[in-house]
Amino acid sequence: MKSVVLQHLKDNKSLYIEEWRKSLEQHEFTKQGSTFSSKDMQQEMKDEFISVVFQSIELSSEENRDAVHRFANRLIYNGWAFSEFIRSLQALRRVVLHNVSANFTKEEFVDVSVEFEDWLDEQITRLAEEFSKIQNEVMTMQKTAMKELSAPLIPVFDKISVMPIVGTIDTKRAAQIMENLLEGIIEHRAQVVLIDITGVPVVDTMVAHHIIKASEAVRLVGAECLLVGIRPEIAQTIVNLGIDLDAFTTKSTLKKGIEAALELTNRTIETSEQMQSNGGLKR
Amino acid sequence: MNNQSCIEIGNEWGIVSARQAGRELSKNIGFGSVDQARITTAISELARNIYLYTEIGQIELTSVVKDNDGREGIKVVARDKGPGIENLRDVMVDGFTTSGGLGAGLPGVKRLMDEFDIESMPGEGTTITTVKWLR
Repeated sequence: MKSVVLQHLKDNKSLYIEEWRKSLEQHEFTKQGSTFSSKDMQQEMKDEFISVVFQSIELSSEENRDAVHRFANRLIYNGWAFSEFIRSLQALRRVVLHNVSANFTKEEFVDVSVEFEDWLDEQITRLAEEFSKIQNEVMTMQKTAMKELSAPLIPVFDKISVMPIVGTIDTKRAAQIMENLLEGIIEHRAQVVLIDITGVPVVDTMVAHHIIKASEAVRLVGAECLLVGIRPEIAQTIVNLGIDLDAFTTKSTLKKGIEAALELTNRTIETSEQMQSNGGLKR
Repeated sequence: MNNQSCIEIGNEWGIVSARQAGRELSKNIGFGSVDQARITTAISELARNIYLYTEIGQIELTSVVKDNDGREGIKVVARDKGPGIENLRDVMVDGFTTSGGLGAGLPGVKRLMDEFDIESMPGEGTTITTVKWLR
């Protein structure tokens, strides 16, 4: 059974599109993060939105879902703000109800408007559903991407590995760092691990606590931990906070850390000249 | 210049946004990189306390001017409606902790900032007000 209101919308499609377009003129479609959007781009977006909404009258719910999904996808990837689309559907409500009250009798109006509200709610829900679904997908993707970037243990020399830490350390990442560290030490048979915190923006007590715990765990599996890449301002805040890093050997740069690590494993780096002169002495 | 902001701390990401806002504002006020790091670290500690011990709270950041000599500074207020702190003297002692952490948070914040004031009513919440002045 085709509903009265949908038939009415369909019959007066061009009229409604025209009026809706007009009422949308004062709506400013914006992009998130204040990216510039020109009038033309906005108009294009509005027109596409209008056609997606009116298509839904004719399409089966399956086809409609696909269309809305594709549309929501484009919204997110181009960074359009979502709330304006909800607002413009509310503008459509005003336009339609205004016209409906003129075209139907009072008795009909109640039924028709209820029907229309149902249809509009369905549209809003569907758009919101698709939107949040895609946003969740994007977030999961970013989380995975971040996890892939996070804290690898890199073997640089025999028995020496480096773990560069870049970015904010939260509880989840701290756990992951610990895991990578311990697994990597066993796998690479490392004796010395350098933890490089050059890329950590803030070292507060929690971050320090996690680093201290990690180094204790490293000690338990028979390796040693050196902390490198402590920037001057970080050094000062650590002292202010009163964090005790006495148990650590710390070096300012990764380079110095590697030299210290080589020393700990009884090796040094020599230039070929030094080698020759040393070799000469031996002979 | 936006010289006032308020950040809700409801989850771990709130800590990061509070920190970023703090770094931005202290940079705008003209703090050097060491003081920027001190201020962001202090904000991080305060925000983490809110996250760890209470359901929800907020960090307010304001740029302020000192009355007697017109020096500029940043005011950081951490406000929550959490369980409150039973014994204020204990939490200001280095090494005192109820969460298994290092126990350096609040005394650390006091050392990182120039002014420090804490008000707490058990069962009603805690407000910590700190200020750092430009040198």
